[in-house]
Amino acid sequence: MFENLQKKMASVFKTLSGKGRISESNIKEAVNSVKLSLLEADVNYKVVKELVEKLKVESIGAKVMQSLSPDQEFIRIVRDELVEIMGGKEPVKLDLKRNPAYIMLAGLQGSGKTTSAAKLAKMYKEKGRKPLLVAADTYRPAAIEQLVQLGRQIDVPVFSGDRKNALEIVKQAKDFAIRNIHDIVIIDTAGRLHIDSDMMAEVRKIHDMVNPDETLMVVDSMMGQDAVRAATEFNNQLELSGFIITKLDGDSRGGVIISIRYVTSKPIKLVGLGEKLDNLEPFYAERYAGRVLGMGDVLTLIEKVEKEVQGEEAEKAAQKFLENKFDLEDFLQQLKQIKKLGPLSQILEMLPGNIPKENVDIAKGEKQMKKMEAIIQSMTPQERKNPKVLNFSRKQRVAKGSGTSLQEINKVLQSYEEMKKMMKQFKSMGKKKFFGKMPFNM
Amino acid sequence: MGFFDDLKKGLSKAKEAIFDNIKSIFKTNKLDEQTLDELQELLIMSDMGMQSADNILSALKQRYTQGEDALKILRDIMAENLSCQPINLSPSKKPYVILVVGVNGSGKTTSIAKLAKLYAQSGRSVVLAAGDTFRAAAIEQLKTWGERTGATVIAHQNGSDAAAVVYDALVHTKSKDKDILIIDTAGRLHNKSNLMDELKKIKRTIDKEISGGPDEVILVLDGTTGQNGIVQAQAFKEAVDITGIIITKLDGTAKGGIAFAINTELHIPVKMIGIGEKADDLKIFEPKAYCSALLGMEESDG
Ligand SMILES: Nc1nc2c(ncn2[C@@H]2O[C@H](COP(=O)(O)OP(=O)(O)OP(=O)(O)O)[C@@H](O)[C@H]2O)c(=O)[nH]1
Ligand SMILES: Nc1nc2c(ncn2[C@@H]2O[C@H](COP(=O)(O)OP(=O)(O)O)[C@@H](O)[C@H]2O)c(=O)[nH]1
Ligand SMILES: [Mg+2]
Ligand SMILES: [Mg+2]
Repeated sequence: MFENLQKKMASVFKTLSGKGRISESNIKEAVNSVKLSLLEADVNYKVVKELVEKLKVESIGAKVMQSLSPDQEFIRIVRDELVEIMGGKEPVKLDLKRNPAYIMLAGLQGSGKTTSAAKLAKMYKEKGRKPLLVAADTYRPAAIEQLVQLGRQIDVPVFSGDRKNALEIVKQAKDFAIRNIHDIVIIDTAGRLHIDSDMMAEVRKIHDMVNPDETLMVVDSMMGQDAVRAATEFNNQLELSGFIITKLDGDSRGGVIISIRYVTSKPIKLVGLGEKLDNLEPFYAERYAGRVLGMGDVLTLIEKVEKEVQGEEAEKAAQKFLENKFDLEDFLQQLKQIKKLGPLSQILEMLPGNIPKENVDIAKGEKQMKKMEAIIQSMTPQERKNPKVLNFSRKQRVAKGSGTSLQEINKVLQSYEEMKKMMKQFKSMGKKKFFGKMPFNM
Repeated sequence: MGFFDDLKKGLSKAKEAIFDNIKSIFKTNKLDEQTLDELQELLIMSDMGMQSADNILSALKQRYTQGEDALKILRDIMAENLSCQPINLSPSKKPYVILVVGVNGSGKTTSIAKLAKLYAQSGRSVVLAAGDTFRAAAIEQLKTWGERTGATVIAHQNGSDAAAVVYDALVHTKSKDKDILIIDTAGRLHNKSNLMDELKKIKRTIDKEISGGPDEVILVLDGTTGQNGIVQAQAFKEAVDITGIIITKLDGTAKGGIAFAINTELHIPVKMIGIGEKADDLKIFEPKAYCSALLGMEESDG
């Protein structure tokens, strides 16, 4: 009975179990799939190459979290790094110091500047501030009219001056804002190409004239490889304070977030999640790291493992393996951890690659695990620590308590002994190799 | 100035056009691993995606023999992977109805203005339908373009039913015996089913009034779009059966390489390209010249 379970579970546990430490050869597959996935998400080619190479080198030798494979551990490291690159866990707030404070929006054509300007105005108005919108797009037909209409919708005044010269409009808007005691001035500018030197000169002049508290580049989340160039150029010309990423209500993977953060180091401050004027939110890096990285199934597994496997416990168990002090109590803990991952069938599904699901009698496996648990749970702490004390009468008691037979108890003890023996062998093979085969092989 | 120069102008505006260094790659006249790696980088930087890049490169490996001009072969392979089917500028059918769709801010309204100008220049009477009744001042924007290009604009009020405007525009076009009707629509993300349903309704309205339905259903695609372009094309194709794409904003440094993937995977041809914000900035798409420009080749390179 137990041999069966052992065989069937072995393949699961082998994949589940860490291979100890990351080496160049045991994460090859993950390195490639991470690269591909990031490229598919539109992270810039050069950024992908540099980033993945760097992470590969840095992660070699890293300890693999128990219950993860080296490939999965590498993906975990990449995910954490992406969150870090994206700006860490806490969203970065707009930093408005002066009164009136100036926010200036710039970017390529059609990226969402005008809409974002109105969204910002609405947000601050609702916070009790008194914003002024400035329409400085004198090029696109009806661009000023667009902002005027949006301003009307949210009851925020829109300054548009003579509607002809952007610099003049902004200059007059400054006086207007002070006279009318506005405490925030939001400037919408025309869309422009980063290589259009005349237009870039114009936006730079506007920038220098007001020296904004926040100079934000508005970037379309569907953008591809060229985002790096556009962002770099805008950042060079305007010393951006950050970005607004728009249209994230779509289904693009948003690799542009990584690209522009990586090359400019400027934070993403806000995201646009719809055409409506309250669809503006702070940027939570953690929410988007997974979206950019993709690999949803593996990430789900990793998150589950992280949640359930207490780092400390895992460490302790590993240590005990090494010291050959692994007792039945530890055995029981391991069983529980596996169970916490979810039903066996689900665990199998989450594992990448080649576990022939037909070969595993899941229902039976789960029953076996329950039985093993029940048996060990019926033992006293002393018995768990030192199974040798289990004489006939003790075994009888355990059988009664767990609703099993003497035979079944002997099987558990037998496989535990086998495991210990194996561990001794592995120990003599040295730490690295030991971890290559254990700890979950029974 | 021809198509090639227009495109070249855009590309050379970039200080260090990505594709400029490609010639030096080929000076060695051999296709070793390193060269192929560099080529892969160049192709992917155009947004064509891993799949397309790999396909093109394996075709190159197959076709290339030592001593040949690899650059030319690469250009030809790329061009073969792009089908172009310019928009019919002198249709005999009347009225000729063009429906224009796409995600937010891709350049629909501007492209419509450019088309209107082209048709006006060839002596056709043009009607524009202001089917974007959602975005603020979208109607005013189209009206401005109507004035500039001499097209009649049929519009309702902001917030009204888009299909109703389209219906009126169809009736107007037919009763006034106009040649061309181009229909503007609100930008919409392809994953919003209610908005895609609205688009289907507009299409049905046209189907009812015009036998055979619209003559063209054009997806306007921002040339800076990455891999999401494929998903966009797929979704709009399913909803309203697009007949071709216009790629805009190719006057920047973006290459619009996603067109390769859209072409090979979805068999949707490129109709025109946008290379600026003015009404004149719409050009017929010429695959060979486009690929040459991408690869930094001279026009005289054949
Ligand atoms: N540089 C450049 N800009 C373009 C091109 N085509 C359109 N634009 C600009 O892109 C911006 C958006 O263009 P629109 O025509 O309003 O786009 P749309 O798809 O109608 O936008 P919505 O209706 O808001 O979804 C405008 O600022 C245009 O001037 C192009 O080929 N090159
Ligand atoms: N779905 C969606 N659409 C947006 C978002 N932000 C802007 N838009 C739309 O994108 C288009 C271009 O926006 P606009 O503000 O005019 O861009 P601008 O040219 O940069 O000023 C419009 O149709 C907007 O409604 C967003 O976060 N989500
Ligand atoms: Mg605008
Ligand atoms: Mg429009």
